[in-house]
Amino acid sequence: MNTFLSILVDGIAYGMILFMISVGLSVTMGLMRVINLAHGGFAMLGGALAHWLIAAGLDYWSAMALAVAGTMLIALPLERLLYQRIYRMGELQQVLATIGIAFLMIASVNLWLGSTILPIPTPPLLRGALDLGFRTLPYHRIVVIIAGLIVIALLFLLIERTRFGIRLRAAVDHRATASVLGINTAAIYALTFMLGAGLAALGGVLGAELLPIDAYYPLRYMVLFLTVVAVGGMGSITGSFVAALGLGILDTAARYLVPDFGTIAFYAAMMLLLTLRPHGLMGRGHA
Amino acid sequence: MKLTPLTKGLLADALLIIAAVVAFYAFPYDLAFLTRIVIMAILVLSIDLILGLGGIVTLGQAALYGSGAYAAGLFAIHISGDPLLGLAVGMLAGAAIAFLSGLLLMRAEGLTLIMLSIAVALVLQEIANRARDWTGGADGMRGIRMDPILGLWRFDFIGQTGYIYVCCVLFVVLFALKVLKASPLGLMARGIHESPARMRAIGAPVYQRRLILYTLGGAIAGIAGALAAQITQLVSLEVFNFSHSAEAVIMLILGGAGKLYGAIIGTVIFMVVHHLAASVDPFNWLFIIGALVLGVVFFVPQGLLGVPTALKRLIGGGK
Repeated sequence: MNTFLSILVDGIAYGMILFMISVGLSVTMGLMRVINLAHGGFAMLGGALAHWLIAAGLDYWSAMALAVAGTMLIALPLERLLYQRIYRMGELQQVLATIGIAFLMIASVNLWLGSTILPIPTPPLLRGALDLGFRTLPYHRIVVIIAGLIVIALLFLLIERTRFGIRLRAAVDHRATASVLGINTAAIYALTFMLGAGLAALGGVLGAELLPIDAYYPLRYMVLFLTVVAVGGMGSITGSFVAALGLGILDTAARYLVPDFGTIAFYAAMMLLLTLRPHGLMGRGHA
Repeated sequence: MKLTPLTKGLLADALLIIAAVVAFYAFPYDLAFLTRIVIMAILVLSIDLILGLGGIVTLGQAALYGSGAYAAGLFAIHISGDPLLGLAVGMLAGAAIAFLSGLLLMRAEGLTLIMLSIAVALVLQEIANRARDWTGGADGMRGIRMDPILGLWRFDFIGQTGYIYVCCVLFVVLFALKVLKASPLGLMARGIHESPARMRAIGAPVYQRRLILYTLGGAIAGIAGALAAQITQLVSLEVFNFSHSAEAVIMLILGGAGKLYGAIIGTVIFMVVHHLAASVDPFNWLFIIGALVLGVVFFVPQGLLGVPTALKRLIGGGK
């Protein structure tokens, strides 16, 4: 029973981190049809900024806010200068161009902060654990889970209830038609890209305990984030959420129960699912 | 003077052989590095067959390369140290893994295909990591001893035999690919590359042809892996690394996909730039590689072999 609860709490917290980092990737992939292998780089940039700001004397929460804002500011010129051109390329060129961008991000962080792990010390408030009597829950996991729930609630409101969300959905469905109707799709793209980068940064900072930040972060976890998107279905926020939680719990459970075969179980499950549903759980199967 | 494609090809082959011989005498102390380039060129050629000719975008060539390397290593340790037999074993292993995974992979496309191909390599890497008794796990497989090639040429310390051996294999592979490219299967692969729907409409078994192509590509990647195992006498888990697959695809695009010689030129340029950048600044060479990749994708999407055509068109005024 205790093991089961541990798996559930750790798995859900892990899933929430995966969701925060991957949802931006899923939306940009669904919207712009671009296979972005550099997305993990934004999570790393957020983590690196937070590490640097805390080392400079800032407290955890303001460092986190500034790191997210900083990452979004870095994402904007990248989108305007590079990604805008990448949208129109074939999938192979997209893969290569974004690997190139990931290399440049890694090299930049390597030059700036070195290749060691960049710790983000959590405030004392997060270090304790909530005593439930029969077991304890680390506050860090609780905060991560709550943050994940807030993010999906806000995303839902943004997409379903605001004017921006309506335009975004229209552009996802059919860019040309949306643009004919007078929607500034270029602006929608840029805003969505920034939002996705910001969420990745948030996930990177919050998840630094589970996925430690260092210069090679974008490549190390690239497959993990892409798996969430592929399993969830490109462009589907609900899909990403379900996939991230499912994969988070599966991965944690496999680590607890069959530690020797954790990785194999994870990828075998992904391959099985993608064979049965090539467009992911919630994908709509664009031709 | 107008050159026919055949004479052009023969000319290119002659140049390639001359380049290989000149390199042998010009860099006698870098033969190990030259040998690595040639092995990599064979791996990149295998991707050229799958991606350049068949248009199948995968990022999991390391799975096939690694299978060839482990198979050749195991064969050398447990059965026979004969290099050519080992090469055949590596080739069969690469083809077998490509066929088995291809049964599943060739049904997918786009992101799903890329993800599945990456996953195959990761699963194989994890299996090799767990099967420690056989593969040595994270320590790598040691104790590979090779017999002389055909009983005549012993692998020497400075790597002269090794270099000549891999060059010969490269030329055999290149010749086989040329034949394949001109064969009905090669023509059909080009058709599938350009429009799978149209090929399906005229009755071509697209899935089956893709599977054959992928299996043949796996055989060649297995040869490259087997060569790496025989020359370095060591197989480590890194053969399955994602970066292997990604870098090989980058080399292909750098040189120009679908042209065979592009694969070789791209490999040489990438490996040399990589080598120089890493020796000039071991910490920041990734800047150079990243910039190189972006530069190719943005400015010469057809690869370096496409540059003369592009220039000709520019000068000739869009004829």
